[in-house]
Amino acid sequence: MLNVGKIEEGFVLDHIKAGKSLSIYHHLQLDKLDCTVAIIKNAKSKKMGAKDILKVECDIDKLNLDILGFIDHNITVNVIKDGEIVAKKDLVLPREIKNVIRCKNPRCITSIEQELPHIFILTDEQKEIYRCKYCEEKYGEWE
Amino acid sequence: MRHLMSPLDFTVDELDKLFDLAGDIEKNPDNYARKCEGKKLATCFYEPSTRTRLSFEAAMYNLGGHVIGFSDASSSSATKGESVSDTIRMISCYADICAMRHPKEGAPMVASTKSKIPVINAGDGGHQHPTQTLTDLLTIRSLKGRLDNFTIGLCGDLKFGRTVHSLIHALVRYENIRFVFISPDELRIPDYVTEMLHEKGISYQEVIRLEDVMGDLDLLYMTRVQRERFFNEEDYVRLKDFYILNKEKMELAKPDMLVLHPLPRVNEISVEVDDDERAVYFKQVQYGVYVRMALILTLLELV
Repeated sequence: MLNVGKIEEGFVLDHIKAGKSLSIYHHLQLDKLDCTVAIIKNAKSKKMGAKDILKVECDIDKLNLDILGFIDHNITVNVIKDGEIVAKKDLVLPREIKNVIRCKNPRCITSIEQELPHIFILTDEQKEIYRCKYCEEKYGEWE
Repeated sequence: MRHLMSPLDFTVDELDKLFDLAGDIEKNPDNYARKCEGKKLATCFYEPSTRTRLSFEAAMYNLGGHVIGFSDASSSSATKGESVSDTIRMISCYADICAMRHPKEGAPMVASTKSKIPVINAGDGGHQHPTQTLTDLLTIRSLKGRLDNFTIGLCGDLKFGRTVHSLIHALVRYENIRFVFISPDELRIPDYVTEMLHEKGISYQEVIRLEDVMGDLDLLYMTRVQRERFFNEEDYVRLKDFYILNKEKMELAKPDMLVLHPLPRVNEISVEVDDDERAVYFKQVQYGVYVRMALILTLLELV
């Protein structure tokens, strides 16, 4: 059994669907942060069979975790201070998602305008519907 | 500074003011003939559109202003790869207000974020065409005297027809409107529209045959099945002649029912209907000029 030590301050993202940790690593832009990150893949889980875990050693105000609510709100976010879990963060759907998903509507201006950020707005919280800010196409319509 | 991207950008009260202004322009055109003296409208049309562009141009000339612009992408720097953001920055230095049509959805909105002058969405792909909706609303208000308490039938391409979607979204803000959607299965109104009507508790009916509902309607909004909205020529050919409004069908209608159409018409309204006084689609064109005049004055803050 592989052991990864405790972190002093930061986040432990638990119950990540197996295989998804690397994409979350990129969505959270952890590659751009100067902090220690442990990526644990395929850890055994009673609940999930296999899961991924991310441990991020950083200032807890430094990381914007809103996007996790969009990616998978079953992820458990443990906030760590002085080596202990001090809170579990509830994940909510972000109002706006920027440059995480791309609009696939071939008629959308984002398909030709270079440098335009891909922005999606939460238009129906109950049904978890995001629409492109520009063409208002539903995310997933062109999948 | 305000832009117009969607007909819902204006509140019902603001629309009332806009339509009152358009009504006054209709009655007293001379009072407005020099309101835009020294002002320039840029018509940036990245795809051809004779009537919308001419309507904007006529509106600006009627106000004593000038017009500059281009009427298709090949005569603009878009062919050199210039972005909409860069083009509008340049246009902002030349003109006081801009009307933009673009085949890509959301292009005028991108322009508005970089613009120093008011931008009017003059149609963006299958997305929005707010000045057509304002035209439709003004026509109904002027000829029916109200924008509430009626049954409206929308007929033809209800799937891709952006004028239909915009009109529905604008009309749901008024009291007691009943919608009847008349289309073949392939061109049915999208689910998100009917879901919206459900949520708001607004009644609607979907039928295939126009004859079945003709007598119930106070207004009939006809649309063209548009070739440019299809990826597949075969589907277009199969569906384009599905509905043709003729004299026989008009005989089933109420004596004061009005027929509207955003134009251009191909053959979905037989020419024999044109002389029927209930056919108001050419009057609608005139109202389009009045409402664009009112819009230009409002966005330029000249009222």
